[in-house]
Amino acid sequence: MSRGTLHRDEAVVLRTYKLGEADRIVVLLTRGRGKVRAVAKGVRKTKSKFGGRLEPTSHVAVQLYEGRELDIVTQAETIDRFRAVREDLDRFARASAMLETADQLAQEGEVNPRLHQMLVGALRTLDASDSPLVVPAFFWKVLALEGYRPEVDACVQCGADDVSLVAFDLDAGGLLCRTCRRGQSVSPEAVALLQMILGGRLNEALAVPPSPATHEVDHLATRAVEHHLERRLRSVTVLDH
Amino acid sequence: MTVYAGPVQDLIDELGRLPGVGPKSAQRIAFHLLKLPKDDALRLANAIAVVKDRVTFCHTCFNISEGERCGICGDPRRDTHVVCVVEEPRDIVAVEKTGEFKGRYHVLQGAISPIEGIGPDQLRVKELLARLEPEGIDEVILCTNPNIEGEATAMYLGRLLKPLGLKVTRIASGLPVGGDLEYADELTLGRALEGRRELD
Repeated sequence: MSRGTLHRDEAVVLRTYKLGEADRIVVLLTRGRGKVRAVAKGVRKTKSKFGGRLEPTSHVAVQLYEGRELDIVTQAETIDRFRAVREDLDRFARASAMLETADQLAQEGEVNPRLHQMLVGALRTLDASDSPLVVPAFFWKVLALEGYRPEVDACVQCGADDVSLVAFDLDAGGLLCRTCRRGQSVSPEAVALLQMILGGRLNEALAVPPSPATHEVDHLATRAVEHHLERRLRSVTVLDH
Repeated sequence: MTVYAGPVQDLIDELGRLPGVGPKSAQRIAFHLLKLPKDDALRLANAIAVVKDRVTFCHTCFNISEGERCGICGDPRRDTHVVCVVEEPRDIVAVEKTGEFKGRYHVLQGAISPIEGIGPDQLRVKELLARLEPEGIDEVILCTNPNIEGEATAMYLGRLLKPLGLKVTRIASGLPVGGDLEYADELTLGRALEGRRELD
């Protein structure tokens, strides 16, 4: 792509780093160009024209000037503010886990509009509802997008689909029946939730109130993402008390 | 690329590590130092050595300090009942400049940022809690940055401190003095409207 051109794009701010005296590098997950690192000049000054628009979780329309190494943000307008996410510590922590995952999965220079779309959707859902399954559902869905869709409808080992599935193995990538069981055991309720999430009944799953089974699915999703990324998610444990 | 004699190159490399100093500026500063009379150059070297030797963090508030207690904590004229919680020692300077605050401070040395793995355990939160009773503190002003990490930190501390029966306040957010309304972002303007005051 040629240098010195302006791009308009839609993006979610994944994270920011301080740069120099008053600038920040913002890591954006854009719809049109994948993960982009850009400099927001003067954003830390109180009179910055960007104000609070370029903070993690913000969904913005941006104009970027393509520089040699880093782009420069020339304009930013808010699309979604995600107020509930910003003003609720627990939701902010959960949003952070999604941003961290998206940041780890997205590669610079690799266009991935589907990931962008899923992140925006998940943040909108998290902002509007306090469902315990927003983050796990996002995790399972991105894993599926990455080509790691776990088998939840039949035993991943023997293929039997008429038996009860009782365990989940990360290496095998799916649920296992009683005969083939290994890995972590899962309750029938959790199995039902996994089937809802990955079987196109996401809204049904999101309406489920918190229970030991939602907790189970959450825990399993985090472990699956960590297994896939081959690293721990920092955001998950930091605010657990 | 090493073109200069060893010691000069070392100096350039060291200077180049300072914030905001690129290779070109590092070179310029190095040559300036070379030209300087020996006394002047050594004064700089000495100032750095003294700072690293003598300046530590105040044991009470974690501001930078010469000795165990900083000037503010040791000042008997300051109000001991109010504590202003900030992220960094530089924020103390900013608040002090207003001349509006007469209490003491507490420096957290950072802000909560889940994505960077910084939680309450990495900050001076326990130390703040330990100060409340012995110092007879009855108001805590949460003066962290008005960005997402600072807000998260303030929310966390609010949740922690409120049940203790203290007055917990958060600094106001709004429009900077001398700015134009049309350039204000929605969040700031929204907050400014929310926190509006009746004219008297």
